[in-house]
Formats: sequence, structure tokens, C-alpha cells
Amino acid sequence: MSLLTVRDLTVEFPGPRGTVRAVDGLSFALERGRTLGIVGESGSGKSATSLAIMGLHAAARVGGSIELDGTEIVGAGREAVRALRGRRMAMIFQDPMSSLHPNHRVGEQIAETRRLHFGASRRRAREDAVRALADVGVPAPRERARDFPHQFSGGMRQRVMIAMALACEPDLLIADEPTTALDVTVQAQILELIAGVQRDRGLAVVLITHDLGVVARVADDVLVMYAGRSVEKAAVAELFTGPRHPYTRGLLGSLPRLDGPPGAPAPIPGNPPDLLSPPGGCPFHPRCPERIDGCATVRPELTGGAHPAACHLLSAPEEAAP
Amino acid sequence: MSALPLTPGRHAAPPPAGRSPWRLAGARLRHDRAALLGLAIVALFVLMALAAPLLTALNGHGPNEFHPEKIDDALAGAPRGSFGGIDAHFWLGAEPGTGRDVFSRMVYGARISLLISLLATAVATTAGTALGLTAGFAGGRTDLLISRVMDLVLSFPQLIFMIALVSVLPEANRTLELVLVMGFFGWPYIGRIVRGQTLSLRNREFVDAARATGMTRRRIVFHEVLPNLMAPVLVYATLTIPVNIGTEAALSFLGIGVRPPTASWGQMMSKAIGWYQVDPAYFVVPGVCLLLTVLAFTLLGDAFRDALDPRGGNR
Amino acid sequence: MIRYLALRLLGVAGVLLVICAATFTIFYVFPADPALQACGKSCTPERLAMLHHQMGLDRPLWRQFTDYLTGVLAGRTYGDGPHAVQCHFPCLGFSYQNDTPVWDLMMDRLPTTLSIAAGAALLWLAGGVAAGVLSALRKDTLLDRAMMVGTLTSASLPVYFTAMTLMVLVVQIGGLLPYSSYVPIGSDPVGWAKNLVLPWAALALLYAAMYARLTRASMVETMAEPFIRTARAKGLPERTVVVKHGLRAGLTPVFTVFGMDLGALLGGAVITESVFGLPGLGQLTIDAIDKSDQPVVMGVALLAAFFITFANLVVDLVYALLDPQVRYA
Repeated sequence: MSLLTVRDLTVEFPGPRGTVRAVDGLSFALERGRTLGIVGESGSGKSATSLAIMGLHAAARVGGSIELDGTEIVGAGREAVRALRGRRMAMIFQDPMSSLHPNHRVGEQIAETRRLHFGASRRRAREDAVRALADVGVPAPRERARDFPHQFSGGMRQRVMIAMALACEPDLLIADEPTTALDVTVQAQILELIAGVQRDRGLAVVLITHDLGVVARVADDVLVMYAGRSVEKAAVAELFTGPRHPYTRGLLGSLPRLDGPPGAPAPIPGNPPDLLSPPGGCPFHPRCPERIDGCATVRPELTGGAHPAACHLLSAPEEAAP
Repeated sequence: MSALPLTPGRHAAPPPAGRSPWRLAGARLRHDRAALLGLAIVALFVLMALAAPLLTALNGHGPNEFHPEKIDDALAGAPRGSFGGIDAHFWLGAEPGTGRDVFSRMVYGARISLLISLLATAVATTAGTALGLTAGFAGGRTDLLISRVMDLVLSFPQLIFMIALVSVLPEANRTLELVLVMGFFGWPYIGRIVRGQTLSLRNREFVDAARATGMTRRRIVFHEVLPNLMAPVLVYATLTIPVNIGTEAALSFLGIGVRPPTASWGQMMSKAIGWYQVDPAYFVVPGVCLLLTVLAFTLLGDAFRDALDPRGGNR
Repeated sequence: MIRYLALRLLGVAGVLLVICAATFTIFYVFPADPALQACGKSCTPERLAMLHHQMGLDRPLWRQFTDYLTGVLAGRTYGDGPHAVQCHFPCLGFSYQNDTPVWDLMMDRLPTTLSIAAGAALLWLAGGVAAGVLSALRKDTLLDRAMMVGTLTSASLPVYFTAMTLMVLVVQIGGLLPYSSYVPIGSDPVGWAKNLVLPWAALALLYAAMYARLTRASMVETMAEPFIRTARAKGLPERTVVVKHGLRAGLTPVFTVFGMDLGALLGGAVITESVFGLPGLGQLTIDAIDKSDQPVVMGVALLAAFFITFANLVVDLVYALLDPQVRYA
């Protein structure tokens, strides 16, 4: 059985001007010891997905099913989900500076979860925090545990976040744009660290990013999201060598590559759709360079075995037209 | 106008082209019920103050006319009749002790209250903007000096020093003295804000661009920076008015505001202290006037802030 | 930290010096002749000349200022020879009305003012913060809106209006409490509190309303911070998230303002005292102004300035303790 199974997930934000459907019928499964990269532009629903898994949505309506190791999260009681958070599943965020409490010492911030979930004593939890910092490669962890977040560099802060997330030995780690706020050189180190702990501990990792380069480096599988829907799913190598959806091809085309075709990378023209009034049919059709007749009216389903994609081009063109 | 159409400053200035920030703010204000309520109350009191002679002509009692027939000497001078002596001629009753018309004193009180608080706000705003702008734009030692002075004035116990200052000033023109003293203690608040805004504007691209095209310093200050400061200045000036209304009333209440027989709300409140047990109606009139004006200007200031906030924040 | 403290103390000294100079200027330079004021109604030219000399007014202005400063810092002697009058530290001069040292007069009245101020401060801090936090956590609910309308209104109420309304409703109609008078806390704590409930309430209502709004804004902002999301992601119960993580960050600005308001509270106390007829520093000031007793007014102004400056210093130091970024800057 998969560690994480997401079925037909919807996340809706009711607002004064209408309801925004941020995630629309998303399904995927993730095994222990694997890393799934979720890729998309901002507003594609990837962060809404991760918050739904963590049960952290306050104002949103979440539908469908999310099972963590057989336990249903959607619709479960607050307390039940809270007990899983930080213990069985943990999350790290984009900006490690604002994600750490500015007035609490980092050791305390890590120790807090050990006390909470394992009932550790203060002293014991403090020791655990020092070890957790050492595990993620923070030098002089005993001394640094007494420091405040602003005394750390950006990369070190993200290491602290990772130490905090891993402190209770979770099964699932969700990393939401973990390297976006960091320098390029530090990005590589942090990705290395995530890949390392993933290998050592057999974690399942959901890596959320807009950066296909990051995915190429650490993910096993990729899920491409557009306008709250999954448009393509594949193993990393397959996606990069044979993208099936025009949107994925566009993303790859906008990526500067040494081994790619000559010529400057071309960004996808146009903007992501307004989710208050999404376009009919395939949500990507207004921007799609390979658009055909049915695209504006019929919504394509995700089809195609081990490497599914949601595009009318993949079925026979004559069948696609209504 | 100028030949250089490259600045947002010009578009922020009053002659608005298309969807300027001022137009947008105006549109937002028209849909803000709190702002409209505040505006209505302010308009009512301003009209009342302007039309004071007319209004008192209407009820037939000047603010300083004594009406011994309205008070009961047997009750130590409490007004005859119920609710402070309200009747067809004394719409809000009569003043205990003297029998002066409370309505007439109220409308003349509005004159003093609004005159002093608006003028004091104008003084504080002008001085604060000029000095804040100078500090922010000149930088260096000028900035240091002005900033220190602002810190210093802010660290004075303001009400006590106002009391002290007003009490030693020669009694020439009390209204002017109050305006100047309140303006003096008020300018650093606006000065600080203007300085901060100027500092952040000074290094924006459009100011750089203006500088690069060889615009003079003076032109940059008056045509590029100042128009962009109008929004925060308007907001804080509006929020300074209720503070000044309260201060003027407090000073009059303590007996160091405008001199009798000039009517002021604070003075009425102070007089009411001796009478509230016998004639509670008397303190309600100036009290409600103060409450309403302060509330109205606060509502208006808050609404301006919300409407002009470029982030559109609704905190 | 030590360096920071030293710099701050130096700054405080500078501010106090300037405030002394300002006070001195207001009272010695503006009025025509302090000696004339001191001399009183039955003044003879001889007595005036004597007072002139005794008060040091025949000396150059800058000498007068240094005399004044020396008096404040170490005490001084007025006049010389058989007429010499010793004025002990901290010397703020003598009242024109009864020749009592200003310092003694003020210390006499201080307990009343402190009683009013401390009780009101406690009341408004507790009430304002509680209301603000509740409002922030229930943001955009009916409760929140009602609270915000209520606080906006009470923040616009002048203290004396609230005071008189309370006296009419609670004392006159309700008969629940006595009209306020000052009972020393030492002799009758219950009576002390009973007499001060109304002044506290009148003064606190205004500030509590402002604090509720301030707290709400700060807490709304804090609860939207990413570190609050992190705290939830750790699986902390909501109460811990709010209390340990939210309040810790959200109340820091509130306490900063509180320190500064504590210093400025004297101004509010003046008005409260004069409505309730309590014999505090405020009453002393108003009486002194009435009688043109300038040394007393000057003394109160200086004392208030000291309070504010030290309150600001304490705020800065506490802030440095609360906010690690300041501490290590």
C-alpha cells in the first residue's frame, strides 16, 4: 500500500467575488522512499495541495480523499490531524527566515516538537534538538541551538527548518519551494541534504517547485500541475526525454539547457488563467501553441498508462471533436 | 505642463488623468459607509460653526445673553424646567447659574473648537512637512539635527508642557497662542512620517530619472517628491484634527483655553462639573459634541488611510 | 549590550538637560519678573530687591541656569548671610504661596496620582489586550465588528465626559459607589480601591479602547506570519500556537507603546483628578497655575519629563530583552 494516496482532491476558497477552485480533481500516490516532484507556475494549486495534505487549510473547502498510511485526513477531526502533523508528516517552507519564530531560540523551536509528540523531558528534548541540528550539518550544534534565527545564514536557517521537520522522524516530508529563497550555491547543498535524508531514512518526499531543474536533480517522479489540475505524470527521465503535454513542453522549452536544442529559451506566452472564471475546455488552450478544435469546449481527461497526460492531441484528433 | 512625462509624481498630483490614485481613492471612499458617516458629521458641525450667528438669530438668544428668568435661585441657580430647562425657546436648555442658552453656546463652541484644531493642524502639518522633507532630502547633519529635535519634542510630557507654556504666555491672543502651542507639539508626528517617506522616495527610479535628466533639486522636491507625499500627509493631518479637538477641550476644561465669555465645549464641561448632580443634561451637550466630532474625524482619517493605501490593505 | 546601555544613558542625560533648559526658559525668560510673582500682593521695593538678590536674578542668565541645574542635581542655597535659605536635593525651588519646598509638595501629592495611574494602567492593559486578542482571533465575525465599533467610540470619549457619566449612573442613580475621595492605601486598602474605581474606569476606558485596536491590528498581522503556519505544521495545539507563538510576537509592539503611555499618563491623570476632585499632582498643577505659582508648575513639568524619559529608557531596554534582533545589533 502506498504511504500517501490522494484521490480526486479539490480545494476551494469561497470569496466575495466567487469561489476559487485552486485544486480540481487531483490524484496521485506516493511510496515510501520515493520523491515526487510537483511542478507548476504560481497559482497552479501546488501549495494548496501541500497545505491540504497537512490539514492546514483554515478557510478552504477540501474535498476528495487524502490517506496517509491508511488514515484519512480529509474530514478527519482537528485533533486527529493535529496529532499526525509534525509527527507522521512534516513540512518545510519557502522562506526559512519568516518561517522560524524570530523570538524563540532555534534549539527550543526544535525541542518543542519532541516534547509535544514524544513527551520528552525538557533536558532530553534539548539534547534531541542538538542532535537534530548535527544531523543536518549545522556546525557547533550545541552552541548554535542557543542562537536566534536571525543569527543564521539563509542556508543554515533552511537546515534548521529541516532539522525541525525531521525531529520526530516523520514518514512524509513536504518541501514547498525549499530552495527558492536561497542563493544558487546554497540551493544545491540543501537539495543534496534533502536527497540524503530521504535515502537514509526511507522518507517519502513531496517536493513542490516551479523549477524543473530542481525536479531533475532530486525527484523520482514528476506531476505537472496547471490551473489546479494534473496535466502530466511521469518518471523524471521520461518526462524530460518525452514530454507529452504541450504545457510540459513549454516549461521545458523555457528552461536554459546545455544539452538542449540551440537557441534562447522561450517562455510560454500569456498568463496563468484567472481561477475565478477559468476558461472552458482544456484550461491551457488559450496559451497552447498546438491547440485544436475541441480544446476550447471539451475538458481532456488524464489518460495513458504509466505516463498519463491530459491532452486532446494524444487521443485520435477526429475523436476529440464533439 | 512640463515636457517630461516620465514621472509617477506628476500623475499623482491633483489634475488626474485616467485612473489616478486619487480617483481610485475617491471611488473607494464613495462606497465606504463609515467615511460617508464621518463626512456627514463633519459637514454638519462645520455648517453649524459657520452659521452660528444665523442659528442664534433663529432662536433669538446670543451666546452671552444672561437669562435670570431661566434659573431657579432657590435651587442655587439650576435651570427651571426638566432636562436642563429645555423648551420651545431654549432648544437644549439653559446654562445653570447664568441662564445662557446652551444651544447658542454649543454652536459658538463649535466655532472655537474647529477653528483652533484646524489651524493647529495646519501649523503642525506645514511645519512637519517642510522640516520632514528637508531632513529626508538633505540627509547628513541637517537630517540628524531635525530628527533629534523631533525626538526631543516627542519626549516632552505634552499636556503638562502645554499647560505650563500657555499659563506663562502673556494673555494677548489666546486663540493664536493655543494654535501655535498645539502646532509646536504636533509637528514632529507628521515630520517623522514625511521624513521616512521622503527617504524612501529619494532613491526611487523616477527621482533618479529626474536627476539624470538634469532637473534641479528644487524642481525634484516640488514636482517629484512633494506630490507623492500628499497622500500620507492628508491621512495624518486628518487624524491629527481629532487629537487637537481633544487637546483644545482639555485645556479649556482645565481653565487655560480660550477666556470666558468666549464659549468652548471644554469650558462648558468644566462648568458642568459643579452641576452634574443637579443638572446632568448640561454636560451631555458639549460631551456629545466632542464625542461626535472626534469620532467623525477619526472615521474620516481611517477611511482616507484605507482608500489611499497603495497596497489596498484593509487592516 | 553594555555599550548599548551606556549610549542610551548618555542620550537620556542629554534629553533631560535639554528639558531642564526648556523648562527654565519657559519660566524664567517668558514671564516679566519671577521675583515680583514671589513677592506677592504686599510687596515693597526693598523686599523685591532682596528677593531679586536672594533668587539669584541679578546674576547673568547662564549663571541662573547653572544655579538651577545645581539645585536640581545637588541642592542649593538661596541668598547669603543671615537670609540664606537652604534648599535640599532635589531642589526645585519654593512655592510662592507658602514657601514650602516644591519637592515636598509634589511628594505629598504623588501617591494619589500614582494610585490613579497604576490602577488605570493595569485595567486598560488587561482589558485592552484581552479584547484585542479576542477580536483578532475572531476576525471579521460579528463579535469583532461590534468590538471595533465600540472601541472606536470609546476612544473618542473625553475622560471628563466618561467620568461625569459614570458618576451620574453609578453613584447618583445606582448608588453603588461613593463619590471619590482619596483614602491612603496604607490606612484602608478597601476604601482606597472603592474610591478609585471610578477614576480608574474613566481613565482606562479611553486607553483600553486604543489598546484593543492596536492589539487587534498587531495580532492579525502576527497570526498571518509564516512562523505561525510553521507552529501549526509542527502539530501544536491551537492554544499553544496563539499563546506561545502568537502573543510572544504580537504583543511586543503593544508593550512598547504601553511604556511610553505610562510616562505620558500624568497628563491624563491631571484631568481625571480635577473631575473627581482628587488631591494629586494634577490638582496641584491646576491650583498653582491659578495662583501663578510658577516653581510648582515648573517642578511638575520637570517631574513629568523625568517620568517620560525614564519610561522610554525602560521600554527600550525591555524591548532589547524581548527582541533578540535589537539585542545583538
